[in-house]
Amino acid sequence: MSTDSKMNKTIDSEHHDHPSPAKYFKVAITLVIITAIEVGVFYIEDLKWGIIPVLVVLSGLKFGLVAMFYMHLKYDSKLFSSLFFAGVVLASCVCIALMALFKYFA
Amino acid sequence: MTLLALSGIARPVHPSGIWGWITTIDHKKIGILYGVTSFIMFLTGGIEALIIRIQLGGPEANIVSPEVYNQLFTMHATTMIFLGVMPMSAAFFNYVIPLQIGARDVAFPRLNAFSYWTFLSGAIVLKLSWFLGGAPNAGWFGYAPITGAAYNPGHGVDFWIISLQILGVASLAAAFNFLTTIINMRAPGMSLMRMPLFTWMTFVTSFLLIFAFPVITVALIELFMDRYFGMNFFVTSAGASPVLWQHLFWIFGHPEVYILILPAMGIVSEILPTFSKKPLFGYPFIVLSGVIIGFMGWMVWSHHMFTVGLGPVANSVFALTTMAIAVPTGVKIFNWLGTMWGGSLDFKTPMLFAIGFVFLFIIGGLSGVMHAIPASDAQQQDTYFIVAHIHYVLFGGAIVAIFGGIYYWFPKVTGKYLDEKIGKLNFWLMFIGMNITFFPQHFLGMDGMPRRVYTYDADMGWNLWNGVSTAGSLLLALSILIFIHNVVKSLRKGEIAGSDPWDARTLEWSISSPPPEYNFKEIPHVTGIDQFWIDKKENGKVVSNEVVEVDDHSIHLPQPSYWPFICSMGLLIAGYGAVYISSTVGIIVTAIGFMVTMVAVYAWSFEPVNDPENSH
Amino acid sequence: MDNTSVMENQTENAHETTTGLNNRKLLMWLFLGSDCMFFGSLIATYLVHQGKSLVGPYPVDVFDIPTTSVSTFVLLMSSMSMVLAYSALNRGNLKGFRIWILSTAIMGATFLAFQVFEFRTFVHHDHLTPQVNLFGSTFFTLTGIHGAHVTLGVIWLLSLYFNSFRGGVTPERSLDVDLAALYWHFVDMVWIIIFTVVYLFGVFRGF
Repeated sequence: MSTDSKMNKTIDSEHHDHPSPAKYFKVAITLVIITAIEVGVFYIEDLKWGIIPVLVVLSGLKFGLVAMFYMHLKYDSKLFSSLFFAGVVLASCVCIALMALFKYFA
Repeated sequence: MTLLALSGIARPVHPSGIWGWITTIDHKKIGILYGVTSFIMFLTGGIEALIIRIQLGGPEANIVSPEVYNQLFTMHATTMIFLGVMPMSAAFFNYVIPLQIGARDVAFPRLNAFSYWTFLSGAIVLKLSWFLGGAPNAGWFGYAPITGAAYNPGHGVDFWIISLQILGVASLAAAFNFLTTIINMRAPGMSLMRMPLFTWMTFVTSFLLIFAFPVITVALIELFMDRYFGMNFFVTSAGASPVLWQHLFWIFGHPEVYILILPAMGIVSEILPTFSKKPLFGYPFIVLSGVIIGFMGWMVWSHHMFTVGLGPVANSVFALTTMAIAVPTGVKIFNWLGTMWGGSLDFKTPMLFAIGFVFLFIIGGLSGVMHAIPASDAQQQDTYFIVAHIHYVLFGGAIVAIFGGIYYWFPKVTGKYLDEKIGKLNFWLMFIGMNITFFPQHFLGMDGMPRRVYTYDADMGWNLWNGVSTAGSLLLALSILIFIHNVVKSLRKGEIAGSDPWDARTLEWSISSPPPEYNFKEIPHVTGIDQFWIDKKENGKVVSNEVVEVDDHSIHLPQPSYWPFICSMGLLIAGYGAVYISSTVGIIVTAIGFMVTMVAVYAWSFEPVNDPENSH
Repeated sequence: MDNTSVMENQTENAHETTTGLNNRKLLMWLFLGSDCMFFGSLIATYLVHQGKSLVGPYPVDVFDIPTTSVSTFVLLMSSMSMVLAYSALNRGNLKGFRIWILSTAIMGATFLAFQVFEFRTFVHHDHLTPQVNLFGSTFFTLTGIHGAHVTLGVIWLLSLYFNSFRGGVTPERSLDVDLAALYWHFVDMVWIIIFTVVYLFGVFRGF
């Protein structure tokens, strides 16, 4: 059966593309720039509560970049991404639920 | 250099006797270790319960003081959940899963051994608290602020915290292991939807474990910080809310109850088809229901907190989700009934337990749905109505199913049947005893009898049902004694069972009883659900019970190792140090324990799984 | 004997797995998913207590964003050097591997030094202790446990560094380094969240 041939593959940790050192460096620069923006935004008094969604988005971007490129999730099996993001999503939901229950958003 | 030498010296080669058990990494032996240890712990929890029932048998009794009573109900629950049901399930995970998926062992055999020895360490820390100044007394759920240093200055709660942390490490390690094993070590052709149901339920349970335990780990760390370092996580005078503890605990605690029941449901899903001579009805639906229960189990936790004052919005949300989660459970029940319907039913002892499970779990589930409505829960909360619910689902559910599993798989593990006549007596005494003990508790609860109070006035009108309930508990105790008698007798001179004593359906029955160390001479090839049944009925496979001699060099098995055991002992030492960490001795002992653990981790890392010089 | 006595389990790669993925890599990702729940609970505790301290010092009184930005930068850069270490090893460049992994460990240690400095300032200069209020308890516990994770990571990286001199690190066994790298990046990611949610949000008086 066709499913059988998909089972029991040999280990192939290196078959995927490997980003080059140059790419890694670019990601690093991006991370630094985003951090600089975050710190910059922090000092813009006029935004007030508005900085919260901005910071959340920016740090989410950093999180994603590290996960996709440094941790290779973009190039690896989707199973790894699913397992990791299951944890991330569940932790986020629990966190937000607790915040709501303790009237953080009030 | 030293580590090399350490790892060189410490490699055991074909150890026998007690060293054989200490260094084993064979999933079957580890399963037996879990089974025996957890059964002994179950007995201690049962004794704690019996003392409670004797104390409550009549009004205004003084068999134990209120202080001891608080320790009894705390220890009974903590023992039964963490040292009873969970490791009993683990015994089955260990023994059965690799056999069901056609593997030679789990993915990480040494980590597997480590899980057992760490479980034993946690059990020791918890149970010895009775003799070291007093057991924990704040309930198995340890609500703040009663667990805080102000109200609970003794060490009981500390033993509780530390033992649960150690047990948490054991559970996490086991869950990681089983997830990797189930994902990555299935026999060729065994897709996820061809796995046996017990394997499926273990799979879902393991996900629940890895995501739920970290939450209680954090809660316990925070409580520890409050108690030992004067921090303020649950201290009202600093502005904290003790309700945070309740939330964190139940975010763990609700998935935990599904951790307790899903494996039991898996066992029942194995037994019913075998003794109905029919495939499991609606296999995909039972699988899907299990997954949905695992998923939705995260959305219901505050139904344990309906009377805390969370407000109508929170209460309504959790009421709805709680009612919703009854649906997939109901689907399972209908599918189990569908399995039996039209089947050629064989009422051997395992089947009696499985059917008993379905009946008793329905009752427990019904009372559960009653609690789902906040208004009615307001009357039921903290009364014996809840105690009745808990015991119908956990005793009538998990324990009854586990006993069914013991009767079912005992022949595989030992090569002998448990006596059928004694087994039936065991079942009926347990079933009747269980109902006599716990059904009246519904009435007591409705009548207002509170939980966790060591006695009651003679004129409350509770005397009769308490007396009946206590009588029932004695019957239960008798049924356990009969079980023990059955085990001892059968081990000595039980009827020999072959590979396939029940004419069953899954792969573990295709090898000898007990199985050879390497499990399968050849890894099976799977073409459908219940491959063994297919082999027997369509391919005319005949199973013999002889162990085929295998050329040692053709099968590579992992080697035994001391390091998992030593690593666990390091945790045990550190655990005891941590309880007394406010003293210098405690700090030193903790440090020593952690150093032992670290050394063991290094030596373990440097030790290859298969020692090339001593390969099997 | 024996360069074979190394952290890698040699026979592991030799057999097939159902998904074709390596068991230990799968284990690491499962562990990281689980660790998300661990840090998630700690962060949730911090957030739930945010703004509820009855007495000071408060975040806005003690946080030094410029300095913490520097330590954040250092940790981010350590992730880059970690990735370069793994990359070098895969290309057979053992010397490059050693340089980059040592750099990673040193940057990790630098981050920890910043943490220690910050903790000491808070305690001795600002009188913010874990005992004084909710902010102190939650802040020190959250960042302290993160720091403990970093410490374990530094020890792990140094172990790999020293092991490479015994022939214990080779391109065939690059999985050992990959696993350490995944752990290290995760610890960095947690810090990304902590920096935002604890430090940057701390700008608001009332937090």
